[in-house]
Amino acid sequence: MIECNNITKSYFNENEETQVLKKLNFSIRDGEFVAITGPSGSGKSTLMHILGALDTPTSGEYKLDGRNIADFTDDELADIRNKKIGFVFQSFNLLARTSVLKNVMLPLVYAEFPRSKREQIARDALARSGLSEEHYNKMSNQLSGGQMQRVAIARALVNNPSLILADEPTGNLDTKTGEIVLKTFEDLNRKHHHTIILITHEMDVAEHADRLILIRDGVIINDYKTKK
Amino acid sequence: MKIVDLFEEIWLALLSNKARSGLTILGIVIGIGSVIAMISIGQGSQKSIQSSIQSLGSNLILITPGAQRGVGMQVSQGRGSSQTLKKDDADAILSGIAGVKSVSPEVSGRYQVTAKGTNTNTSVNGVVAAYSTVRNVNVEFGSFLTDQQVKNMSKVAVIGPSTRDDLFGEGASYSDVIGQTIRIKNINFTVIGITEEKGGTGFNNQDDVIYIPLTVSQQYMTGGDYVSTIAVQSENDKVMTSVQDAITQLLLVRHNVETADFSIMNQADIVATASSVTSTFTVLLGSVAGISLVVGGIGIMNMMLTTVTERTREIGLRKAVGAKRKDINFQFLGEAIMLTFIGGILGIVLGWIASFIVSHFFSIATDVSMFSIILSFGVSGAIGIIFGYYPASRASKLNPIEALRYE
Repeated sequence: MIECNNITKSYFNENEETQVLKKLNFSIRDGEFVAITGPSGSGKSTLMHILGALDTPTSGEYKLDGRNIADFTDDELADIRNKKIGFVFQSFNLLARTSVLKNVMLPLVYAEFPRSKREQIARDALARSGLSEEHYNKMSNQLSGGQMQRVAIARALVNNPSLILADEPTGNLDTKTGEIVLKTFEDLNRKHHHTIILITHEMDVAEHADRLILIRDGVIINDYKTKK
Repeated sequence: MKIVDLFEEIWLALLSNKARSGLTILGIVIGIGSVIAMISIGQGSQKSIQSSIQSLGSNLILITPGAQRGVGMQVSQGRGSSQTLKKDDADAILSGIAGVKSVSPEVSGRYQVTAKGTNTNTSVNGVVAAYSTVRNVNVEFGSFLTDQQVKNMSKVAVIGPSTRDDLFGEGASYSDVIGQTIRIKNINFTVIGITEEKGGTGFNNQDDVIYIPLTVSQQYMTGGDYVSTIAVQSENDKVMTSVQDAITQLLLVRHNVETADFSIMNQADIVATASSVTSTFTVLLGSVAGISLVVGGIGIMNMMLTTVTERTREIGLRKAVGAKRKDINFQFLGEAIMLTFIGGILGIVLGWIASFIVSHFFSIATDVSMFSIILSFGVSGAIGIIFGYYPASRASKLNPIEALRYE
């Protein structure tokens, strides 16, 4: 459950204030599949950073599962990112020369999960993300782009987060592979009821979601259910 | 982050760039290895100098004629050549001062010595029976001079093993030497003993020597009643200082002078002087080697800074999936410490081998002490922390958003 009340974000450059987000108000319920979209410079990346607890808003309230994390310290935010949020990036960001399983287990390492249980959890997450078992012990750099993104999705799932944030997840993939990855997100939402926020500037990608939040110049200009 | 995970991450990171890790470790290996080897050479020579001083005799006080001179003056001038000490002084010291075990008055000179057609130039010492105990000289074959022989002015001689080799041929058996006649300054002496080998080289060869009765030496060679050294052995090392002071007072009174016309030194002073020279030597060698250790440390810092820059995106990702500042800090600091730790262990082995080679092939005494091992281990750990700290804190302070965007 996400609640944003009057969120603003400003950057200060030589006493000049640039307001990137202007009093945003919205909420996202558990199990929703939402796309946040807008042209570049609209503020959607900044919003994603705040939603992903990578950054804090200048003012306003951001409640994640009932806790206002707008004024958390760096280490508290790290903890939130570790336990509540799973990230999927455009450029995958896998550790090179490291096996698929080890990549997926990385969040569990920082969560201080018992070592003996990690591999099973990682295998379950990989199975959900749809990567076939023959790849599990390969090095991450031996995989194709689509396979890499599945590993990244599995890594985002492994801590069983309240929220999966996908930042342009299809940006580095061809259309066909991109479709498969988007299908994976749909499955995760339908079958496993994960809350997913998809950040993209492409309308046809955004339309895979059930709800669409349209941002321009730091304000929400539209928020509607897609026809699906 | 669990410790075992931290170690795994560090280990994998170092393995992922073996060549670079290896070269960085090499810098530390050379640094630590040379510190160990250099300190071992310094401490080895310190030990060998101390033991050769100890072999001259124990609890020894040496009195030589001529005033004591300060640093920077010509040391040899006057000392030993002036004639202020007499045999009577030695007798007075033995009878008049408590804590004196024995006293050995000595005269020495270098003369040409002949025997059966061979000849050599060697040091001829006029001594008394007490010499053997005071100066720690043992006879291997035959016997040393007795007080009776000194009193009777017997023309007998005890020779060192090197002198024996020079006069009678290398390793001549004692039956071919004992009872033979040697000529010193046209006087015939009968050889009655050969001393044990003591070692020593160059100017200080204690084996290339001939001992004859003091009385004979004074009568026929140096002339007069003067002696060139009085060696005093105190009963134990605790009374050394008080004995030395008493001797000074006694001799001042006997010579009827206000400032000493003799020099007095005890063995502890000699050892201390020699030690201060060799420890300066050790510090010098160690600090030259220490410089290479610092250079190795800078190599680590250089590598870690490169690593942090190269792995900026990785750091961003780790932060995104929940790494705290201290997790990142410990990981990079740990990598630096691991490098120096491995380098330290290999360096100790290398230093040990180097000091073994030096002592084996160049016959320089070496001594790898626990102290130098602990020191260099501590230093290498400290270098890891010092030179790893800055790169690690830089990594830990990276903003995850910017780190993830880094190209």
